[in-house]
Amino acid sequence: MTLKDNFIKGFFKENAVFVLLLGLCPTLATSSSAINGLGMGLATTFVLVMSNIVISLVKNQIPDKVRIPSFIVIIASFVTVVDLVMSGFLPDLHSSLGLFIPLIVVNCIVLGRAEAFASKNNILDSLIDGVSMGLGFAMALTILGSIREILGAGTIFGIDLSIYPTDEKGAPVTMLMFILAPGAFIVLGYLIALINKIRNV
Amino acid sequence: MAKRESTFKNMVLVLFIITLITSVTLGYVYEVTKGPIEKAKLTKKLTAIKKVVPEFNNDPDADQFNVQLENGETLEVYPAKMNDSIVGYAVKTFSTKGFSGLVWLMVGFDTQANIIDISVLEHKETPGLGTKMDDESFKAQFRKQNPSTFNLKVVKDGGQVDAITAATISSRAFCDAVEKAYQAVKKGGKQ
Repeated sequence: MTLKDNFIKGFFKENAVFVLLLGLCPTLATSSSAINGLGMGLATTFVLVMSNIVISLVKNQIPDKVRIPSFIVIIASFVTVVDLVMSGFLPDLHSSLGLFIPLIVVNCIVLGRAEAFASKNNILDSLIDGVSMGLGFAMALTILGSIREILGAGTIFGIDLSIYPTDEKGAPVTMLMFILAPGAFIVLGYLIALINKIRNV
Repeated sequence: MAKRESTFKNMVLVLFIITLITSVTLGYVYEVTKGPIEKAKLTKKLTAIKKVVPEFNNDPDADQFNVQLENGETLEVYPAKMNDSIVGYAVKTFSTKGFSGLVWLMVGFDTQANIIDISVLEHKETPGLGTKMDDESFKAQFRKQNPSTFNLKVVKDGGQVDAITAATISSRAFCDAVEKAYQAVKKGGKQ
C-alpha cells in the first residue's frame, strides 16, 4: 500500500464519520457551527497523529496484556496537552467546545487507530494514517457544522449570509432545529446517504 | 526487535515507565501553560467589566471584594474608579434557576445603583432560545433602570421584564441574577 493510498483510505474511503460511523457522539454534539466543528476536528487530529506516532514507536516495548491501559495513558496525556494549550491560547474556542475536549480520550477513533493500525505498522505509515483519519474527521465535522450553521443560524464561520427574512425586531427567522440535536441527526443522515451514493457510482 | 513478553515484571515495569514519562510531560506542559491560562481568564474578566461600567483607571481585579447576600450566597463586586473616586460597580452574579446549569452575568451599576449594562459570561441554555439573553433586543430594556423602581420579574410573574419568546425560564434566571447583583451593590456599595 502506497502512502497516497493510505491517505485516501483514511480521508475518504474509510472516513471515520461518514463510512465507519465512529465517534458519532462528539460529531453530533460539537458540529453546531462550522468553527466548532473545525476546532474539534483539528484537536482530534493532533491527538490522533501524536498518539499514533508514539504508539508505533513503543509498540514492541509494551507487553500485549497491558497494551490497552498503556495506549489510554498515552492518548489521555496528549488530550490533556490539547486541553491546557487550548484554554491558554484559544479560550473562546475552548469554552464553546467545553466538555468535549477532555472526552477525546474516549473517542473510539483514537483508540481504534492505535489498536488496529499504529500498534502493527511503522512510524511513517502510522503518521500518515493519523493525519488522514484526523483530517477526514475534521472535514466531516466542518461540513456538518457548516450545513447546520447555514440552515440553523443563517451564518457560516460567523459571517452573516442574510438568507433568512427578519422579524419585527430585526432578528432573522431561522430553522432553529438544525442547531439543536435533532438537526444533527437529520443532516448526518442525508450526508451519509449522499456519500454512499457517490461511493457506489 | 522482539515483542516484550507479558510477564508480571515486564507489565509492572512498562506501565510504571509510561505513567512516569507522561506525568513528567504533563507537569511540564502545565507549568508552561499556567501563565497564559491565567492571563486569558483575567482578560476575559476585564473585557466583561469594561463593557458594563464607565471608563476607569484602577485595577478592578485588585480592588475586588465579596458581598454575602441574605441567602448565604457570595458575589464578587469589582469597583471601577476614576482617579480614586468610584464611578461604578461591576458585579459578577449568577442564577441557579436557568434551564440547564448556572447562568453567569456581569452587571454594571453606577453609583446610584442604576443598571448601566449587562454582559453574559457563561450559560448552558438552549441554543437559539435561551441564548437570546445576550441579544440587544432583550438586554436593552434593563439599561438605565433602577431595580428599586423597575420590577425585575418577567411580565408573566407580575414584573416589568419582557421575557424572551419560548425562553421564559432563561429570562427568569437572568432577572434573578440581576436582582442578586442589585442586592449585592446595595449592601456592599457603600464600602
